[in-house]
Amino acid sequence: MGFFRSRKSSAQDAKERLQLVLVHDRTNLPPGALEALKDDLIAAISKYVEIEAQAVHISIERQGRSQRLVADIPLRPRGQRATD
Amino acid sequence: MSAQVVTITSGKGGVGKTTAVANIATALAAVGQKVVCIDADIGLRNLDVVMGLENRIVYDLVDIVEGRCRLRQAMIRDRHFQDLYLIPAAQTRDKTAVSPGDMVDLCNELRPEFDWILIDSPAGIERGFRNAIAPADRILLVTNPEVSAVRDADRVIGILEAEEKGSPWLIINRLKPSLVRQNEMLSPEDVLDLLAVPLLGIVPEDEAILIATNRGTPVVLDEKSRAGRAFRNIALRLMGKEVKDEDWDTPESFWSRFWPLKGRK
Repeated sequence: MGFFRSRKSSAQDAKERLQLVLVHDRTNLPPGALEALKDDLIAAISKYVEIEAQAVHISIERQGRSQRLVADIPLRPRGQRATD
Repeated sequence: MSAQVVTITSGKGGVGKTTAVANIATALAAVGQKVVCIDADIGLRNLDVVMGLENRIVYDLVDIVEGRCRLRQAMIRDRHFQDLYLIPAAQTRDKTAVSPGDMVDLCNELRPEFDWILIDSPAGIERGFRNAIAPADRILLVTNPEVSAVRDADRVIGILEAEEKGSPWLIINRLKPSLVRQNEMLSPEDVLDLLAVPLLGIVPEDEAILIATNRGTPVVLDEKSRAGRAFRNIALRLMGKEVKDEDWDTPESFWSRFWPLKGRK
């Protein structure tokens, strides 16, 4: 089956890889550090409000030459018990 | 007259900086501009051979800076245009022989005599690069549509922003239209989207460059070369003229069929 699978073009591959690498180069924030930041963020926010820790999504978005850190942090509904 | 100082840099080596300098300088001279090129790549001098002036060198940039000759004595007149000059790099010294302040002083001395001072920067982001950008009014960034060249270009843009040198203008060199059509090469749109700086021009890959470099005669003097045409357009845009490139996305055969019919504007 894999034989007929349409492969992503190498130009597309190059662009996507560059998008990622440039974001980390520009911010001097390696991918591993972003994970650590996410863990710290979860710990800090959890002191004030219950969050869905597993659903937290953190990313760096690019607009022209500027970067922004975007965190999507779902809050746990009040009264619902933690499942994890 | 007060020259504009334009530094051509790239981050990565081998993307065509020196070729770009020789061709833009020659194209500017061909339309009557007074131009001097400075090879700032001390220890790895090359602009002299690309321009075909290697046999005329007596003094170099370091001789000027260290006072062993007068400025005029180190300026080599081009073989084709009498208002085009080269100040060659020293071959036996290293980048530390010249400081950013020396480059600023040298350019200030040259400014009244010329329309354009073009500086060929060494690859990298260290001392030689710092020397080359110090006096620049405008920086041109040469890249290739290829991952490592684009990544290094992005680093250079970041440094120029931090140094408050403004956004460089981009030259995308060695584009292969046929590979772009097959989606196997980053397109100019991809590169511009990634780097987010203004585009000055796109130069297609062209065997005529190698042949011209073999002879020490810049490709802009070859009327039929596509790369030559692209560099002539880049020179005109630097002068503030609006020039449209031929559609780089046109199949080669189609393109070359119409070439002889196109007069130079």
